Amino acid sequence: MTPAEAAGQMPDQSPDTILYLDGVTVSFDGFMALNNLSLYVLAGELRAIIGPNGAGKTTMMDVVTGKTRPDRGKVLFNGITDLTRMDEARIANLGIGRKFQKPTVFEHHTVFDNLELALAGGRDVFQSLLFKLSGAQSDRIDEVMEIIALEEARFAEAGSLSHGQKQWLEIGMLLMQEPDLLLVDEPAAGMTDAETEQTAILLKRIAGDHSVVVVEHDMEFVRALDCRVTVLHEGRVLAEGSLEKVQNDETVIEVYLGR
Amino acid sequence: MAALIKLQSIFTPGLKSALLVLAILLGGITAATTGAQAGEFEDALASLAKAKTKGKIAAINVIAASGDERAADALTAFLGGNLYFRKADKKILVAEKSGAVYVLTDPLTSKEIGQSKKSKIKKIRVNNRLRKLLRGVLGGLTLLAKDPDKRRAAADAVFKSRALSAIPVLEQAIEREQVAGVKERLVMARAAIALDKSKIEAERLAAIATLAAFAVPEVRSLLGSIANSKASEAVRAAAANALVDIESRLAFWNGVGNVFQGISLGSVLLLAAVGLAITFGVMGVINMAHGELVMIGAYTTFMVQEVFRNYFPEAFDWSILVAIPAAFLVAGAFGIAIERGVIRYLYGRPLETLLATWGLSLILQQLMRTIFGPTNQEVGNPSWMSGAVEVTGGLVLTYNRMWIIAFSLMVLISLVIVLKKTAFGLQMRAVTQNRAMASSMGIRTGLIDALTFGLGSGIAGMAGVAISQIDNVSPNLGQNYIIDSFMVVVFGGVGNLWGTLVGAFSLGIVNKFMEPFTGTVLAKIFVLVAIILFIQKRPRGLFALKGRAVEN
Amino acid sequence: MASNMLAPENRSGFAFLLTDTGGKVMLAILLFAVIIVPVFNLWVPETSPFHLSTFFVGLFGKYLTFALLALSVDLIWGYCGILSLGHGAFFALGGYAMGMHMMREIGTRGVYGNALLPDFMVFLNWKELPWYWLGFDHFWFAAIMVFLVPGALAFLFGWLAFRSRVTGVYLSIITQAMTFALMLAFFRNDMGFGGNNGLTDFKDLLGFNLQTDGTRVGLFIASAVALGLAYVLCRYIISSRLGRVLVAVRDAESRTRFLGYRVEYYQLFVFTISAMLAGIAGALYVPQVGIINPSEFTPANSIEIVIWVAIGGRGSLYGAALGAVLVNYAKSYFTGALPELWLFALGALFILSTIFLPKGIVGTLPAFNAGAGARAFAARIIGRVRQNLGGAP
Repeated sequence: MTPAEAAGQMPDQSPDTILYLDGVTVSFDGFMALNNLSLYVLAGELRAIIGPNGAGKTTMMDVVTGKTRPDRGKVLFNGITDLTRMDEARIANLGIGRKFQKPTVFEHHTVFDNLELALAGGRDVFQSLLFKLSGAQSDRIDEVMEIIALEEARFAEAGSLSHGQKQWLEIGMLLMQEPDLLLVDEPAAGMTDAETEQTAILLKRIAGDHSVVVVEHDMEFVRALDCRVTVLHEGRVLAEGSLEKVQNDETVIEVYLGR
Repeated sequence: MAALIKLQSIFTPGLKSALLVLAILLGGITAATTGAQAGEFEDALASLAKAKTKGKIAAINVIAASGDERAADALTAFLGGNLYFRKADKKILVAEKSGAVYVLTDPLTSKEIGQSKKSKIKKIRVNNRLRKLLRGVLGGLTLLAKDPDKRRAAADAVFKSRALSAIPVLEQAIEREQVAGVKERLVMARAAIALDKSKIEAERLAAIATLAAFAVPEVRSLLGSIANSKASEAVRAAAANALVDIESRLAFWNGVGNVFQGISLGSVLLLAAVGLAITFGVMGVINMAHGELVMIGAYTTFMVQEVFRNYFPEAFDWSILVAIPAAFLVAGAFGIAIERGVIRYLYGRPLETLLATWGLSLILQQLMRTIFGPTNQEVGNPSWMSGAVEVTGGLVLTYNRMWIIAFSLMVLISLVIVLKKTAFGLQMRAVTQNRAMASSMGIRTGLIDALTFGLGSGIAGMAGVAISQIDNVSPNLGQNYIIDSFMVVVFGGVGNLWGTLVGAFSLGIVNKFMEPFTGTVLAKIFVLVAIILFIQKRPRGLFALKGRAVEN
Repeated sequence: MASNMLAPENRSGFAFLLTDTGGKVMLAILLFAVIIVPVFNLWVPETSPFHLSTFFVGLFGKYLTFALLALSVDLIWGYCGILSLGHGAFFALGGYAMGMHMMREIGTRGVYGNALLPDFMVFLNWKELPWYWLGFDHFWFAAIMVFLVPGALAFLFGWLAFRSRVTGVYLSIITQAMTFALMLAFFRNDMGFGGNNGLTDFKDLLGFNLQTDGTRVGLFIASAVALGLAYVLCRYIISSRLGRVLVAVRDAESRTRFLGYRVEYYQLFVFTISAMLAGIAGALYVPQVGIINPSEFTPANSIEIVIWVAIGGRGSLYGAALGAVLVNYAKSYFTGALPELWLFALGALFILSTIFLPKGIVGTLPAFNAGAGARAFAARIIGRVRQNLGGAP
């Protein structure tokens, strides 16, 4: 069963489908970054997306988060909200968080302030001018800080953190946003083995309350996530299923090893 | 009546001698043949001393028709009010006031013959009627000159004066004329006289038909006055029709003229901006001193010309060919020094680069002010760049503008060749796309940076050579072009030479089309505002690169 | 550059001022000047060596308006990464608004003695006052226009630019084009702002003769107070969560967007506030120098403001004010003593400060840094102790 067929059977309005992409096409000066991509993610699901360079993984995230407008296709959130007409801020406020491939934190802010900025609510200019941190919000920051194991660095400038710590801080910021869907781009890049393992545990812990889509190169890490895997190739879905299943898929083997 | 019948022969050239007779008849002098010109000239000149206006008219016509080489000088003096006669012997003299006395020249020998007091001589009076006639016949006299430009100017003078007496020479000139452009003007002048002076409707209509072919402002005003005159219905209608036709063609040529002016302005913008397209577009360096590199190119031209003036004045015309490579090298060397000395410490910090290079621009301006002074420097046009060609009436294309258009395109094309076809171009693109990879492949990235910046700066210097030909060379020269150049690059799309070309020419043309309606300053303001608004729509310019590469 | 953001416990009431050492020093100096200048100018006799000349009062009054202008540039550049190369335009617009009011106050005392029209309009044969001059008879109206006009222009310009995400050097280039276009426009006689000559020959303001020492001192005090208040306002803004969002935009604009902040609204807010402050600076500048003309719009002026900020140290507010005063003092000195050398010196300042002094004076000099370092250290210790005690704030 191809994913498109699966999507066909899955009604758009299903409360279980948090993210639904249908026939999404993006081209840059003739290069097809996404070619009629169809994909869906269930609420609470942890999904890994793999694929060679240029398969369209990051472009897919750009489309979902409003950074890139697709030439064609449908992108629905929670079955009803059309994301293709919205900008990044609006999509983020709907409950979609994103972690970049290269860790992006506010280097001149402390860890505390990074998390405080990510705190849900109060995105309006004048709200933030008059903002006061409540006790509950402060507790929430402490809670997340503990999850990402950065209590020690509470008042350190984010710029002074190690690469792995920055990755975690960014994940922590995603958590502060309290999104329904997290898009995580290569979280294990540049991490030590121990950090990678902890990251996998962290992501599995987050899934369930939230839907999580992880783009990753590192097969060990994907194995550790132990979840449904989608293989992208040349802007479309090549295979989908358990890691074992896709690893034994003829076409996948050909794409990864054939050339 | 006889005169009018004879006028018909205007349209049957070949009856030259008859026309000469006509001219003489008009002047009221009966005894004259083309054979005895010399005596004729002297007699007619002598007759001026006592003749009344009518007699003077006759004499002028004889002098004009005599074809004597002294005629032009004598009539010019007459027109200028410098023709006198000596009271004692009625000898005609050319007298020019020099202090308290008059210096006398003999119009027959063109030699000085001493001085005289005012009281001894009497001016031959000239009135407006005579002046008009004199201008016309003087035009006629030069109709046969050797220099085609002079013949052409003479034809235009005859057109303006519409002196009937010019007809014979005009006929002769038309027959002899080899240069097509001059011949046209001669025919035009003849038709204008026929239209203005003839009383025969058929002649006038034929003249209108001839004139309708010339879409020039002078013909338009002549036809306009005829259309509103008391001429017959048919003549007025024909003139009005021809007028409509001419006006639409004039409007067309005016549009073509605007496009040319616009392309000309655009090519200057292109020259100023194309170097910036390298330093800003390819390297991402905001070089606010770019205008000063243009200025250095212009000063280099001045220096080269000074050397030529002092040592090889005979080769001055070719100084510009030396100035182009010299300006490239001098400005390029300044550019390399700037890159090595300042900019390389600031890569990745575009805003700081902007400030530092602004500082450089202040220093370079003040440097030139200290060395050369704040005033404009004299930069000459070589003779092959001066002058103009008239495509049609009202549309004059100057050679220096055309050279600059050609030069700007040559610069652009050579730049494209350097970028696409040479090893340096390949290495340059490699460094700008992936510095680390290029470096690991053995490309000396520092050297390439310096050379790339030097290339962009050198092109700025060459722009300075071109700009020195049309603008004042002063320390502020660069400031006049910097904002425009940035606008061109931003409008065209950063990192895209094709965009720079289209951007420069479209800005130039839009500017020139607006100027007639708004004036220069408002046109400039509107263009600036339009670009500011355009950037909102297309933040990356006209020819923007798309995709992920843009952000990295 | 470092975010001297407050620890969370200091984010209430006026704590934002009390913890800001550099700002306290600056406000104290301003207060001191406000007290000392009238005393030494008006009440110490001229013969006394302690007498402060009116020339000096005017000079430093002018510097204070420049300091306010630099503050406005630092607010957007230092904290939000918006490098405006057109802030001179907002300054000049504020100046023109004030100049127009003072032109109206001349009344019949002009050369032509025309009660209805300013001299230059009489000279141009204008018959009636253009509509946009109406209302400038009243000080209150002019006082509103002083910040409303620059604010409205900044709002319009910023709305167009930020909405389309024109940032970085592109924004710098088009702000420069904006001030250039305004300069060309104001040079035109048809604009009705005095063309080339601008507005000048002012007589008085609010009934006070501009030539008297008392008025000069009054304008000095007004400038000092405006600078102080603007400083407190800016400090309040950047100490709020909004200020932290601004720094976030400066450091990682798209990250901020993906957190759900509408970056363009934040940029627009701070750009507009900044333009208003620049307009106020211009309005205080014009009565002290007695003229406003289109040359204030030249792009070079706007770029010079940026260098004041860069030299003083951006992202600290008081550094910008310090830079403005120092550079202008140097300019006054050089243009008097060695006019040939001033442009060399200014050019060198641009280059050297960007290469060797990227953090400016206050970011580099140990005297200023010691405070910041100690504060950060203390915050870290307090944080540790608090954690050990159980993490409760």
